[in-house]
Amino acid sequence: MDLYQELIIEHSKRPQRMGLRTPFDAEVHHVNPTCGDEITLRVDRDGEVLTDISYDALGCAISVASASMLAEQLTGTDLDAARETFAAIRTMLTSKGADPGDEDVIGDAVALAGVAQYPARVKCALLSWMALADALAKTGVNLAEETHV
Amino acid sequence: MTVQAPAAVAFSDQELARIRADFPILGRTVRGGKPLVYLDSGATSQKPRAVLEAETNWYLTHNAAPHRGAHALSEEGTQAYEAARATIAAFIGASPDEIVFTKNATEAINLVAYAFSNGSSGGGEGAGRSFRLGPGDEIVVSEMEHHANLIPWQELAKRTGATLKWFGVTTDGRLDLSTLPEVITPRTKVVAIVHASNVLGTVNPIASIVNRAHQVGALVVLDACQSVPHMAIDVAELGVDLLAFSGHKMLGPMGIGVLWGRAELLAQMPVFLTGGSMIETVTMDGATYAPAPQKFEAGVPNAAQAIGLAAACDYLTGLGMDRVSAHERELTALVLDGLRERPWTTLIGPDELADRGGAVSFVVDGVHAHDVGQILDAHGVAVRVGHHCAWPLHRRFGAAATTRVSLAPYNTPEEIAAFFAALDTVPAIFGIEV
Repeated sequence: MDLYQELIIEHSKRPQRMGLRTPFDAEVHHVNPTCGDEITLRVDRDGEVLTDISYDALGCAISVASASMLAEQLTGTDLDAARETFAAIRTMLTSKGADPGDEDVIGDAVALAGVAQYPARVKCALLSWMALADALAKTGVNLAEETHV
Repeated sequence: MTVQAPAAVAFSDQELARIRADFPILGRTVRGGKPLVYLDSGATSQKPRAVLEAETNWYLTHNAAPHRGAHALSEEGTQAYEAARATIAAFIGASPDEIVFTKNATEAINLVAYAFSNGSSGGGEGAGRSFRLGPGDEIVVSEMEHHANLIPWQELAKRTGATLKWFGVTTDGRLDLSTLPEVITPRTKVVAIVHASNVLGTVNPIASIVNRAHQVGALVVLDACQSVPHMAIDVAELGVDLLAFSGHKMLGPMGIGVLWGRAELLAQMPVFLTGGSMIETVTMDGATYAPAPQKFEAGVPNAAQAIGLAAACDYLTGLGMDRVSAHERELTALVLDGLRERPWTTLIGPDELADRGGAVSFVVDGVHAHDVGQILDAHGVAVRVGHHCAWPLHRRFGAAATTRVSLAPYNTPEEIAAFFAALDTVPAIFGIEV
């Protein structure tokens, strides 16, 4: 079926930048209570730059792949780029399929576009992104803030 | 000389076709024209026309608030509502005044937990010492409980200072009763246990638990959500004190459940929800309450749903509960055989038909249950995935989530074959070697 793109299977079987690392500025633990998916996510920030995003994820292919894509796409980027990516991912996943996603902005996460057709799975795909927003909030950064590109 | 009754047999193809014709929803397609294969009746069953018509008929011809007013409709409404109570009582071998209507089994169990709570704090007009709990007293549950028969007791323990204890579960999915004398002790006041597990399928040996509990003077509350829809139940034979089940899992409507309790026990049990129609007299200082079951039914009841549930009981009685059991047993055997033939799956629960119901949970090794469920769904096969509201049980088996097939009288051997055909597409998608 079209939901399980090759990229999703690939990321879920070999999650990029997986594992919890030090140093870090904030750590959060998020769960999806309907299915028991869990993620522990750490973020390390040097001023405006996300120097490391490390995580330990237990869950379905969609949630693990999404965490892997997040870490790959945002590690080393600055906060403005992260905000733009976060907004683009959220828009795509809640578009019910209308927004195919922009690879230049969200990278491999465009493969998650099909998830938007399955409302029950949107939470799986968003789990790591909401965890990142929460972790950054602990460091005083609002990831959902409007970007001025 | 005793003559054995002939063993009940599964439904024939002709019988199944007739049964399925009673459930219009089973004829629909999903996900781009795939015939629906509904294997999620443990979550909620589908409803036959007879149930829907009973509900509709109530609204079209009798609708009035039962037990209120002196007009013709109210009288008819009261009669219909009380007749439904009698039908449901007969279905489980009880008398009508032992049937308390609730919203669902969750509310029925909470009703009991809050009755204990009220009894412990001096409210609810309960007379019996059975419903008093405090520090030093113990509440017993098991590791295989649905959250609905776990959290109300956790909260009751917190409110009263009582201690929560539990039976473990063995590796093959049975209740570990080797610790029976240590778990149920003279300090135990209530034992709340599931009859048939919604995850493992295990049917628990209630008699030995009841014996021990009654020996120490504890009450036994049975969560019968997954047994009443699937096997003939006689509350007297079970020997428990209180029993809860939901209408929507047994071909009945949503919004109606039942708490059964022995009459003398309900008479002593403190009330939970209070308000209209559960009273005897009311002054500005206080109130006295109607006899059970009315004292537990505050507010205008879900009468249409109660009548729908009675129609579901009639429908099941028409099928014959022994035949429902035999049919589901045959299908359960097909599911267990099929999983055994697929070594890339791991069954969670007893791999035998003895003392087992038709809920079968499993893991596809290396693939998360949500992904399994999604692939099955693409083929029109509806199963439940996740922890099935039994998170501690899943922790016990080291599984974050499982995939569950659960059966009903309308399921067919062809549907089990369709399920396995869809399941067989899973390994290739996730690169699992078979």
